Amino acid sequence: MLRVLLARLAQGHRTIGFPDAPPALPDRLRGAPALDPTRCPDGCRACVEACPTGAIALDAGAGTAGSGLALDLGRCLFCPDCVEACPEGAIKYTPEYRLATRAREDLIVHGTLERLAGALDAKMRGLFGRSLKLRQVSAGGCNACEADVNVLNTVVFDLGRFGIQFVASPRHADGLLITGPVTANMRLALIKTWEAVPPPKLVIAVGACAISGGPYVDHPEAANGAGSVLPVDLFIPGCPPHPVTILDGLLRLLGRIEGDRRDQG
Amino acid sequence: MSVGDGWLGLRNGQATSLSRLPLSPFAEWRSALLAAVGEGMRIAALFAVPVAPGGAADTHEVIAVLASEEEGLLHVGRGLLAGRTYAALTPACPQAHLFERELAEQAGLTPEGHPWLKPVRFPPAGAAGGAAAQIGVTDFYRVGGEEVHEVAVGPVHAGVIEPGHFRFQCHGERVFHLEISLGYQHRGVERALAGGPDKRTLHYVETLAGDTTIGHAWAYVQAVEALAGAKIPARAQVLRGVALELERLANHTGDLGALAGDVGFLPTASYCGRLRGDWLNLTALLCGNRFGRGLLRPGGVGFDLDPARADRLVPALDAALADVTGAVSLLWETPSVQARFEDTGTVGAAAAAEVGLVGPAARASGLVRDVRHHFPTGIYRFAQVPVITADTGDVFARAQVRWLEIERSAEFVRAQVRALPAGALRAPLGPAAPDALVVSLVEGWRGEICHVAVTDGAGRFRAYKVVDPSFHNWTGLALSLRGQQISDFPLCNKSFNLSYCGFDL
Repeated sequence: MLRVLLARLAQGHRTIGFPDAPPALPDRLRGAPALDPTRCPDGCRACVEACPTGAIALDAGAGTAGSGLALDLGRCLFCPDCVEACPEGAIKYTPEYRLATRAREDLIVHGTLERLAGALDAKMRGLFGRSLKLRQVSAGGCNACEADVNVLNTVVFDLGRFGIQFVASPRHADGLLITGPVTANMRLALIKTWEAVPPPKLVIAVGACAISGGPYVDHPEAANGAGSVLPVDLFIPGCPPHPVTILDGLLRLLGRIEGDRRDQG
Repeated sequence: MSVGDGWLGLRNGQATSLSRLPLSPFAEWRSALLAAVGEGMRIAALFAVPVAPGGAADTHEVIAVLASEEEGLLHVGRGLLAGRTYAALTPACPQAHLFERELAEQAGLTPEGHPWLKPVRFPPAGAAGGAAAQIGVTDFYRVGGEEVHEVAVGPVHAGVIEPGHFRFQCHGERVFHLEISLGYQHRGVERALAGGPDKRTLHYVETLAGDTTIGHAWAYVQAVEALAGAKIPARAQVLRGVALELERLANHTGDLGALAGDVGFLPTASYCGRLRGDWLNLTALLCGNRFGRGLLRPGGVGFDLDPARADRLVPALDAALADVTGAVSLLWETPSVQARFEDTGTVGAAAAAEVGLVGPAARASGLVRDVRHHFPTGIYRFAQVPVITADTGDVFARAQVRWLEIERSAEFVRAQVRALPAGALRAPLGPAAPDALVVSLVEGWRGEICHVAVTDGAGRFRAYKVVDPSFHNWTGLALSLRGQQISDFPLCNKSFNLSYCGFDL
């Protein structure tokens, strides 16, 4: 017993200050990509061709300011392929970790991410604002998104302090947090789990697979994400998203973090 | 030990032209395989490819990779099978049983006399492979009798965990038999890898089993580098080793915490949960992603560990190791934890060898198997990592092997980071050799990762076979439950901690 107490003393206090303090993130974190279409050489399609998931679209406006290059964060694997392919440095990753949106189309960025996730309406916030129970369903997830969702339960992130908890039974849940592209073999189990959640209920899609199918987009063995099976209330992109990105998304949904990036500086 | 003339001995990561690889009559290939396994070799991979275009219709080359730890060689043989049936290997060679079920499902070949011929992944209609089966619908093994009851768990489990189905045959609390039926995570990876490499290939392998991003990505890049005849810069080789051991550190630490959690010992569970993240953050320090996405690139690595970064990594590693040491020591010092770990979920050495276990699970049962030691490539040819074994084969042994491997891996990372060779990070990669084969093994944190690439006349993948360590080890978990209390299932399960998606592909 004494040893347990001594170990406790040695381990110290480890919960991060986020959201009151900015999170400590790796300096090489590939967060929100920033696009600068003015750098695009005429007719260059290097990034489009390099992207493994077809996340980048280029139209005739490329090479002029403010249009042309569009990147779908829902498809983006945040991999270095486009950055390495671009001859002019028109795409670069920023350390911006705030990525969650309420609408699928808000994930398509032309320069930088414009509209971050807003809070639920007053009624839903009244129900879930201080107590949100989620059932996690992995439907073809590779266990990276799952692991970095699970890590929110550790003392580092201490999800419980926000009243958010993962529960075992869908009947005790207020919503589903889905990872993976939704494999054909998990489709029925996912739908049954969703049906077992009492309304009103939420669906949160975490990671490129759950938003768009990720690397598995258009595979006959899987759907193109949770949205092709269920209505999604919150999209948290990444491959996998950093735990702080997931936490930021959840707290925005509950109105615990407000304002877009301009307000936050 | 030898397999005979019809087989070709290859080193790990050594490509060969298919013209050098004998194509034996099936019966000859079959008896050579059985004899070699009888002598102590084990099946690392077994799969079928249709004969090259222009060959006879409905004829397959069945390719086996037999690992010989004794020689440090991988013996590859292929048998030419006309028609769709053959006499099953499994009755004489139990470790072939899942491979043969896979042959039936993927290639439509029927191993006659197979005692347990059931679907492996239930590929859905519209996808490649055998006839579509409905997921989870199969003839589960049942024990009869009024006092026997059945417990079904999954696919959706209680925790934040991947899906799978477990079916227990119980007498009271005692488990007679556990049947594991997977396939829920099946994403069609192997089907999609064929025809590559292309721009998605690296992302498929990085997400084969996301907690083993470095392990699977290394197996892949090693395969394509061998096929292209590339020479990888020393600095990249070392950084790959550092990343692989960081992946092992993170997962072993997480597993020890989860084992503590499953016996209700919360201090270690809580500390290790945090510390697992500290290891992941070191991988992120290196490449920006906690799971190592983007770090390994064909030809080398995508990120450097500059001196300033190394100066941050080493103290962080020392601090994490000190905290893990403190947290894990509590496990060994607490009698109530030891009482739950010891004699729980035992798999003896003979059974482990018979079903072909790999990784920490095999080593905990006393089998000396470690790719880094027996089939070393890259930095492991120069910096040897001792093989850690235990002999009791129980949860305690699987926990202890992990802990000792944490110590060795931390030592390895510290030494390698301090002695990083100078030089380039990447070498240019030419096209893959046509009509060639390569076997690429990596000792991931769960055990042996095996990738086999077979190219066509244009250097594209005619077949790309993936064997995650979980493919071997799920059977070990089933065996560990024999005669156990059903309430020990979470503990036994965590002591293996196998991949669902790595198995389901």
